[in-house]
Amino acid sequence: MTTPSETEIIAPVAARHVGTPRHHIAIFAGLLVLLLIAPFVLYPVFVMKVLCFALFASALNLLLGFGGLLSFGHAAFFGSASYVAAHAAKVWGLNPEIAILLGVFTAALLGLAIGALAIKRQGIYFAMVTLAFAQMVYFLAVQAPFTGGEDGIQAVPRGRLFGLIDLSSDFTLYFVVLAIVFGGILGIYRIIHSPFGQVLKAIRDNEPRSISLGYKVERYKLAVFVMSASLAGLAGATKAIVFQLSSLTDVYWSMSGEVVLMTLLGGMGTVFGPLVGAAVIVTMESYLAGFGAWVTVIQGVIFVASVMLFREGIVGVIAKWLKKPL
Amino acid sequence: MFELLGIPPQALFGQLLLGLINGSFYALLSLGLAVIFGLLNIINFSHGAQYMMGAFVAWMLMTYAGINYWWALLLVPIIVGTTGVVIERVMIARLYHLDHLYGLLLTFGLALIIQGLFRNQYGVSGLPYSIPGELSGGTNLGFMFLPNYRAWVVVASAIVCFGTWFAIERTRLGAYLRAATENPVLVGAFGINVPRMITLTYGFGVGLAALAGVLAAPIYSVNPNMGADLIIVVFAVVVIGGMGSILGAILTGFGLGIVEGLTRVFYPEASSVVIFVIMALVLLVKPAGLFGRTA
Repeated sequence: MTTPSETEIIAPVAARHVGTPRHHIAIFAGLLVLLLIAPFVLYPVFVMKVLCFALFASALNLLLGFGGLLSFGHAAFFGSASYVAAHAAKVWGLNPEIAILLGVFTAALLGLAIGALAIKRQGIYFAMVTLAFAQMVYFLAVQAPFTGGEDGIQAVPRGRLFGLIDLSSDFTLYFVVLAIVFGGILGIYRIIHSPFGQVLKAIRDNEPRSISLGYKVERYKLAVFVMSASLAGLAGATKAIVFQLSSLTDVYWSMSGEVVLMTLLGGMGTVFGPLVGAAVIVTMESYLAGFGAWVTVIQGVIFVASVMLFREGIVGVIAKWLKKPL
Repeated sequence: MFELLGIPPQALFGQLLLGLINGSFYALLSLGLAVIFGLLNIINFSHGAQYMMGAFVAWMLMTYAGINYWWALLLVPIIVGTTGVVIERVMIARLYHLDHLYGLLLTFGLALIIQGLFRNQYGVSGLPYSIPGELSGGTNLGFMFLPNYRAWVVVASAIVCFGTWFAIERTRLGAYLRAATENPVLVGAFGINVPRMITLTYGFGVGLAALAGVLAAPIYSVNPNMGADLIIVVFAVVVIGGMGSILGAILTGFGLGIVEGLTRVFYPEASSVVIFVIMALVLLVKPAGLFGRTA
């Protein structure tokens, strides 16, 4: 399976220097400033939606862009965490931070179970296996009594953070969500640039070689799968608190497809690509919300255009142009 | 008739028949996927959408042109297969030098486009397609009532599956095909036009999906979403069977349909997930799939 073409999917931009590149720090700082201003200019709930999906797409990108594993079932983690967080906040009346943590924990356990089975197959089989297990989670969500079936879990209370800060105002909640998402993305950045991340990239680029060098490839794959699932869960649980809603849409395969699209469009294997992809897709969807199935058609067209015309994605193209890894 | 484990025989055989019909579609669709995968090395994610297209084209031929079911059985696979040929030539052919995942992403995008367009045009409520007059009614077998059309679906798909198996495993053309699967460069060196063979194979696989769509049209209502969920189950079927063998795809398809039907009798709550559970077990015990050759 190790042909030269294999490496082309990720379009790796080699990091030549040690330590955090200065332009990355500059971009993160600029991004933070922009995001701190954003709620004063844009509708905070909209920006929170973008943030949640940016984290979700970054989580998928950790697995796809750096682990070389295409999961077509990440909605399972996003959705199950969303359900558990919503249930914990509404029925058990727990604080939002505990509800979110429970959601993340659920996603991690589910990731461990699905990941352990899925990594037994590679390439397209891996994609099919994750998709099939996600569909199974979807069917379970349809049947399980606590998910509320077609209605989902509605009117989830946002509650008080640590029992102190009231989150019912969009404005207050925004900064909490920003902290969670920014923290999550910095965490992913740290994972990518750690020795663990380097081994991951080695496995992605040449698995047989990594095995011959003595790395326990399966363990690395499982570890990154669980991390990616947990972070997807963090995004889903946060989304449930923001929108006060958890529904079957969160676990359906179209959600898995959407997050793959965000990552592909923004640029697989880049740090900032998923953020750009999420922003573009969420904006597109909210503008076209009234046009029904045309949203699906346009998503499909973007998929086809990304695959046929610019496989590096938006940020990948810019990175190539600037000759700097982004 | 006696009762079996407390289950009335009508219910048991009724669900078995339903399972066998689902199995027919699993077999036809996973067969198409296996044929395409064998030569193109891509997973055709738009297979479900093309199955749906088959049902819709049959409905259109009937509604707009008055062309009946029997002609549709012949014409629809050709029409939809031709669209497949165009897609392969224009898009998929440009991706062979890349990672196979791009083929999956491309065909997923195509599936979204096709489903979205049909949903815009025809809504989601579903359109009726009547059973052809020759096959309406049913036969009383004593222990159950067998609708003729359903029997026909099972027989027809078994014949098509066997025909495909025979064509690939027992004919000269099939031998070329299998050789090209093993080593396309070498087969090309013998003067066989491999790119054309690849194109026609994709068209054939898509045609099989469309044929399944025509067969399904009178049973399930013709609906833009009819292929979307089905194809994911078929993916699980493919993982369970492994795509190494044509016969494996057929047997796994029919077998899992029956298992699903039996589950619906004995433990209905699990019927929607039983195939996925089997997939998990197969991955644990024999990761390459029941009939798979390589991991």
